[in-house]
Amino acid sequence: MNIQIENLTKRYGPQTAVNDISFNVKTGEVLGFLGPNGAGKSTTMKMITGYIGIGQGDIRIGGNSVRETPDTIKQHIGYLPENNPLYLDMPVMDYLQFCAAIQGLDKTAIDGRIKEMIGVCGLNREKHKKIGELSKGYRQRVGLAQAMIHDPEILILDEPTTGLDPNQIIEIRKLIRDLGKEKTVILSTHILPEVEATCDRILIINKGTIVADGTANTLRKQAQGNEILRVRIEDGDSKMIQESLNELVTVKEVNFVNRDNNLFELQSESEQSSKREIFDLCVQKKWVLTELTPLETKLEDIFRNLTMN
Amino acid sequence: MRTIWIIAKRELATFFDSLIAYVILGLFLGFSGFFTWLYGNDIFLVGQANLRVFFGIASWTLFFFIPAITMKMLAEEQKTGTLELLLTKSVTDRQLIVGKFLGSFLLICIALIATVPYVITLSNIGNLDNGGTICGYLGLFLMSITYTAIGIFASSITTNQIVAFMLALFIGLFFHIIFGVLASNFTGVTGQFFDALDLQSHFESISRGVIDSKDLIYFLSVTLLGLFLAETSLSKRHISK
Repeated sequence: MNIQIENLTKRYGPQTAVNDISFNVKTGEVLGFLGPNGAGKSTTMKMITGYIGIGQGDIRIGGNSVRETPDTIKQHIGYLPENNPLYLDMPVMDYLQFCAAIQGLDKTAIDGRIKEMIGVCGLNREKHKKIGELSKGYRQRVGLAQAMIHDPEILILDEPTTGLDPNQIIEIRKLIRDLGKEKTVILSTHILPEVEATCDRILIINKGTIVADGTANTLRKQAQGNEILRVRIEDGDSKMIQESLNELVTVKEVNFVNRDNNLFELQSESEQSSKREIFDLCVQKKWVLTELTPLETKLEDIFRNLTMN
Repeated sequence: MRTIWIIAKRELATFFDSLIAYVILGLFLGFSGFFTWLYGNDIFLVGQANLRVFFGIASWTLFFFIPAITMKMLAEEQKTGTLELLLTKSVTDRQLIVGKFLGSFLLICIALIATVPYVITLSNIGNLDNGGTICGYLGLFLMSITYTAIGIFASSITTNQIVAFMLALFIGLFFHIIFGVLASNFTGVTGQFFDALDLQSHFESISRGVIDSKDLIYFLSVTLLGLFLAETSLSKRHISK
């Protein structure tokens, strides 16, 4: 099922939580929803799941507007809200039974599904405890289990891996990737490596508007612009090296990182690479080139650049 | 309908899991039993084989206990965020409200059914007025649905259980006493108006053995109004101010 979001806007009093955003998510795609706190991620997710009304614009799920048919759409969506609210005084099994029943699952299918979810989410040892007695990580697993219990075509996960231990995080990410092959998944997170590990596409939202949309690689390319190289050259006078580097046609700018051991950071002219020229220069001058590293812009930097102003 | 039943069943199970049910049942039976059989204007003092005394006491105990049962219904769900979880599943606002209403009402039914031994005892002592007894119970059930609906409404507008409890009592107080007092203080149309709103007079006329459609309509319409207002109050989350 596709999700189409068209010019979505939501205001709370004078505050605009979501400001005219549009994007599509296709079946078989995992979309990572990034943004600083209060950027409008959760508000958007709440509107997709039909919990809060749409301000302006529309959301279409499988071609149907959420405005017109909110109740029939709900059964195709699995949702894990932020902070993972649960009935703490219910045992895990009873809770999953309740969730399955309320999602309209057939009585004969319920037990099988619960068993499957308990296996997938690693809840076997805790299944008879009350949810309130579980640790945060296990509660998170219960939250994931209830979201997936009715095998929904769309999964909306608000920070799905918070509170999990590293092993569990890797398992859950793998699970999300696998699910993402045939389902539509939107997940929000603050953990940037998580987005790279699980998502096909990244959407960065800031102050209610989309500031970036694309794969991790395209975002990098957009943000990077010119090639940046870190160069260390031994056996030469630092000043002379800097001058010679500056004279290369492909080089735009050379800066010292560390004057004592001749470490430079060098920016090439746009769309050009200076790796070859640097190497040739060193051969010609008999300098020893001990480091030549292309610097990739980290996702963290892209995120900071887009959301800090 | 299945959804409503699943929600109601869960509510009832939660009552029994968390001991609330046992406390409520124990106190209800304790209070009403004590005042019906042992103390003050009890059955032996009245000396008639009817449960009039019990119905009078029960109407007061229910008046206090129903808000205690309904106060957490929606207030707690809103506070802990589980409301969001429920309403993003295949549950409409209306199904949730009716499910919660039914769950609370079932607990009250259990409390009232637990008083059937009173009926059996009394019919052994004397010649029990069967019609009057059935009508008395009917009155209690009707009163219960009314106060349950009011309680659910009170619970829907706040996230604090104590506020929900006090508010339900406060609204209930109008129906239980204040409208009656106003009715006796005014004459003419105003008096009739308040008399029509007074729950006690409708309850008494039913428990006296007169089933009038006017009374039935009164209880059902206040109930529906309460549930409708609760639904409206839930749907407020959709509105952007």
